[in-house]
Amino acid sequence: MFYLALFTSFFKIGLFGFGGGLAIFSLIQMEVETNGWMGQQEFVDIMAVSQVTPGPIGINCATYVGYTVGGIWGSVLATLAIVLPSLIIMLSICKAYFRLSKRFKGNPYFEQTLRMLRFAVIGLIASAALLLIKPTNFIDSTSWIIFSVVAFLTVLPNFVKKKEGNKLSTFNFQLSTLLSHPILLIVLAGLAGYLIYG
Amino acid sequence: MFWQLFYTYLKIGTFTLGGGYAMLPLIQREVVDRKHWIDEEEFLNMIALAQAAPGLIAVNSAIFIGWRVGGWRGVCGAVLGAVLPSFFIILMIAMVFRDWKEQPAVEAIFKGIRPAVVALIAAPLFKLAKNAKISWITALIPITAALLIWLLHVNPVWIILATIIITPCSIWLYSHRSSR
Repeated sequence: MFYLALFTSFFKIGLFGFGGGLAIFSLIQMEVETNGWMGQQEFVDIMAVSQVTPGPIGINCATYVGYTVGGIWGSVLATLAIVLPSLIIMLSICKAYFRLSKRFKGNPYFEQTLRMLRFAVIGLIASAALLLIKPTNFIDSTSWIIFSVVAFLTVLPNFVKKKEGNKLSTFNFQLSTLLSHPILLIVLAGLAGYLIYG
Repeated sequence: MFWQLFYTYLKIGTFTLGGGYAMLPLIQREVVDRKHWIDEEEFLNMIALAQAAPGLIAVNSAIFIGWRVGGWRGVCGAVLGAVLPSFFIILMIAMVFRDWKEQPAVEAIFKGIRPAVVALIAAPLFKLAKNAKISWITALIPITAALLIWLLHVNPVWIILATIIITPCSIWLYSHRSSR
C-alpha cells in the first residue's frame, strides 16, 4: 500500500509538473507534506543537495525523497513514476508532431493556455518559497543576511548592462553572471554556515 | 542507435550541474552541431514542446530526440542515459548523507544553506515574470495561485488543472459572446 501511494504521488508530480525543476519542487513539497513523509527541514536539505548534484533536478529530488521514505525500492519507484507520464505524453506528441505543429501553432486555445500556465507556474514557485519561510530554515538574523545576499546576487545580472566593446562593462557582466550561479551560491552559503555556526 | 543515444545522454547527464535547462546547450552541441541528428530549427521546436509538455525538461527532450533519431530504441537509450547517472549519484549521496547528517559540522553547513535555498527559489521569480511579460492584471494569476497554496494549502495540481480547464473555456465564451 505504501509503495502504491509513493508511486501515485510521483506519477501525479510527473503528470502535472509544468515548468521544470523549480516548479516541480512545489508539487513534491505538497506530496511530502500531505503524506507526512518527512519534516520540512529534511526536505529543504534534499532540495539543496538536488541542486548541486549533476543531472535533472527533478530526478535528483525524486530519487532522494524516494530513498528517504522507502529505501532503494522507494527510490526506483519514485524515479520511474516521475518519468512515466512524460513518456506517455511526450511520445504521443512526437508521433503526431508534424500534424500537431501545423495545427497548434497559432491556435489561440493552445497558445493562451500555455501562456496562462506560465503565469500559474510563477505562482507555484512563489508558494514553494513562501512555504519555506519558517523558523526551522531561518534560525536567526544571520539567516536573513544569507538570504538577502544570495537573492541579491541571483537577480544582479538582470541589472548589469552589457555594452559591446566596453571591457569594464563586459567584465562586470561576466562577473555578475558567474556570481549568480546557484551551485556556487549554495557552496558559499555552506561555507558561511560552517564558519558561523560550526 | 540505442548505445549512441545512451552514451550521448549519459555524458551530458553526468557532467552537467544545474538541471535540465543547463543541459539544453550541451544537448544542442552534441545532437545538432556534432552529430547532425536534427537541425537547429527542429531543436528549437523540441525545446518548445519539451517545455509545453508536463514533466522534466531533460527527460522530455531525451524522449523527443530519441524518437526522432532512433524510434523506440532511441527513446529507451536517451531516457536511460539522461536518468541513470543522476539516479546513481544522488542515491550514493543519500546513503552516505544519512550517516553524516548528525555530524555538527554538516548541521552547521546546512544551517547556512537552508536560507540560501529559499533565496534561490524566490529570486528567479523576478526574471521569470519579466520573461513571461507579466502585467499588473495577469500578475493576479500567480499571486492568487501562490496565496491559495501557501495559506489554504491547496494542492498545486488543482491550480494547474484549473488553468488548463478555465483558459480554453473563457476564450470560447469570450469569442462566442463577441461574435453575436
